[in-house]
Amino acid sequence: MDENSSARLKRRLLGIVHRIGLFLAMLTICLPGLWIVLSSLRPTVEIMAKPPVWIPQEISFDAYVSMFSGIGKGGIPVIEYFRNSLIISVTSTIIAVAIGMAGGYAFARYRFRGKSSVFLGLMLTRTVPGIALSLPLFFLYVRLGIIDTHFGLILAYVALNVPFTIWLIDGFFRQVPKDLAEAAQIDGCTRWQAFWQVEFPLAGPGIASAAIFAFLTCWNEFALASQLTRSVSAKTLPVGLLDYTAEFTIDWRGMCALAVVMIIPALTLTYIVQKHLVGGLTSGAVKG
Amino acid sequence: MATVSLKKLTKRYGNIGIVHGIDLDIADREFIALVGPSGCGKSTTLRMIAGLEEISAGSIEIGGRIVNDLPPRSRNISMVFQSYALYPHMTVRENLGFSLKIAGAAKEEMDRRVAEASAILGLDTLLDRRPSQLSGGQRQRVAMGRAIVRDPDVFLFDEPLSNLDAKLRTQMRTEIKKLHAKVQSTVIYVTHDQVEAMTLADRIVIMRDGHIEQVGTPDEVFRRPATRFVAGFIGSPPMNLHEATVDDGQLVFASGEKLPLPAQFKTNVATGDRVVFGLRPDDIYPTGHGISSGGVADVHQIELPITVTEPLGNETLVFVEFNGTDWVSRMLNPRPLRPGEPVFMSLDLSQAHLFAAETGKTLRS
Repeated sequence: MDENSSARLKRRLLGIVHRIGLFLAMLTICLPGLWIVLSSLRPTVEIMAKPPVWIPQEISFDAYVSMFSGIGKGGIPVIEYFRNSLIISVTSTIIAVAIGMAGGYAFARYRFRGKSSVFLGLMLTRTVPGIALSLPLFFLYVRLGIIDTHFGLILAYVALNVPFTIWLIDGFFRQVPKDLAEAAQIDGCTRWQAFWQVEFPLAGPGIASAAIFAFLTCWNEFALASQLTRSVSAKTLPVGLLDYTAEFTIDWRGMCALAVVMIIPALTLTYIVQKHLVGGLTSGAVKG
Repeated sequence: MATVSLKKLTKRYGNIGIVHGIDLDIADREFIALVGPSGCGKSTTLRMIAGLEEISAGSIEIGGRIVNDLPPRSRNISMVFQSYALYPHMTVRENLGFSLKIAGAAKEEMDRRVAEASAILGLDTLLDRRPSQLSGGQRQRVAMGRAIVRDPDVFLFDEPLSNLDAKLRTQMRTEIKKLHAKVQSTVIYVTHDQVEAMTLADRIVIMRDGHIEQVGTPDEVFRRPATRFVAGFIGSPPMNLHEATVDDGQLVFASGEKLPLPAQFKTNVATGDRVVFGLRPDDIYPTGHGISSGGVADVHQIELPITVTEPLGNETLVFVEFNGTDWVSRMLNPRPLRPGEPVFMSLDLSQAHLFAAETGKTLRS
């Protein structure tokens, strides 16, 4: 075998090993999701079986049917939870992104006193785990009378997300050359117009990804929501999962079914927005 | 079209002065080049005229109207950036028409003016492309087109050619010159490249450390530099500049070598004066290989050793040793020369320059 064919063979073998490696990695990442979907479709006996049953013997949508059957018939107020989750997540995402845009723009474009300290302070807030805040927040919210309300949770989530959105959006505005906004101002724009016509569309992918992250954080958040909400009028889907736990039993199938219901909107949203996340839009803006 | 007038224009960042009260009057339809080394304040001056930088003191008038505090959009200027600053999310057509769209122009008007500008610059076939699909030269043209479409009073160019390769730069330089002839507008052009300034401008403003060193036509700044800095900055290869002391009608250099004091300076200096002697490479050449300055020449002959030669085809740059350093001379109709070989050099002292050693100002009356 000459040098060239052995090199070719080596390259092919490496390619195959590479693909197997990637497949295993993907499998590890996807397996829990797949397991949840499968568990939502099969009887509890199969879910609890040891050793695990990998291929489901029978598939039924009973858990989904009973979820929507109403209280007393094995159902939970899933529509209400869904509505609460949606209102709280969407509102807090919009607010967090709006503040993030203003803050990120300021950090990217302006010089002001204490800029790095403020930025560092914002980042430090990320080091505090949400659960550590839940008890102080609980007492505070009780005093303020905003416990178990949409407003209370929105407020907490905005505070949770703002440092992150500022940090992410700041990075994206930094990538938009300053010259572009200046060129727009010379072309007749006000500062405000220059922002909306030129800088905003170019930082768009970054803002979209900040929005997704903020939305997913709110949508999936459990620790704070479980402390700050009590009733059907404010509980979100992750907290609603607890409805499947009774004193002595846990309805794993129902819980998995609700988890699937939770995942679908998040997955759809990410899918819709992902094509806008493609970077490299600014290439060609400046020099060559 | 408009005149531009800068009066005591100053820019400071905190305690650091960038531009120190410069005065400049630019005539209607004039092409002015601001030139100088990095950090001389030329770009800052341009940005102040554009309204992108606040002024610390002084005033700016465009067309007789003081615009000190007006935002860029109210100054009726357009600017071509060094980075081109094309909007990457818009096509060439949208880039060109952006200012008209913002101004709320009618669609027909927009199409007509975009078509006009693209015809001038040969962009017709590129109108539906995005900036990322264009070459450097094409982007540069779009940037100029965007400036033309606005039909501004004043065009501002901020080192527009410095991102292009040497060949394209020469080509675009010619295009800018043609463009100016066509649109007949006032142009302020910032560059650090003295060749660009010399070839394009009606008048050149040479800046240094936030001050104006000299304002003049390319010929004036080349032939009659007001300061030692201008003499060294304008011209390629640069002027040979050496300190000397005046002693009884002679210039005595540090090495002890002597040259006769050029006749035109005899009345302006006295024995003991410290001066800087300057002679352009064109005015020092191996005897028989220069340009005759036509009868009035005050040619001094001196034998000097050659250190290096740089053949350029039609001419050769010959480096000869004088006063312990290399002097560059331009040899026309070159013949082969060997390093170390002594040659008779002709120094045309009628073209020499003298500057005061302390102030750097010319001693020409």
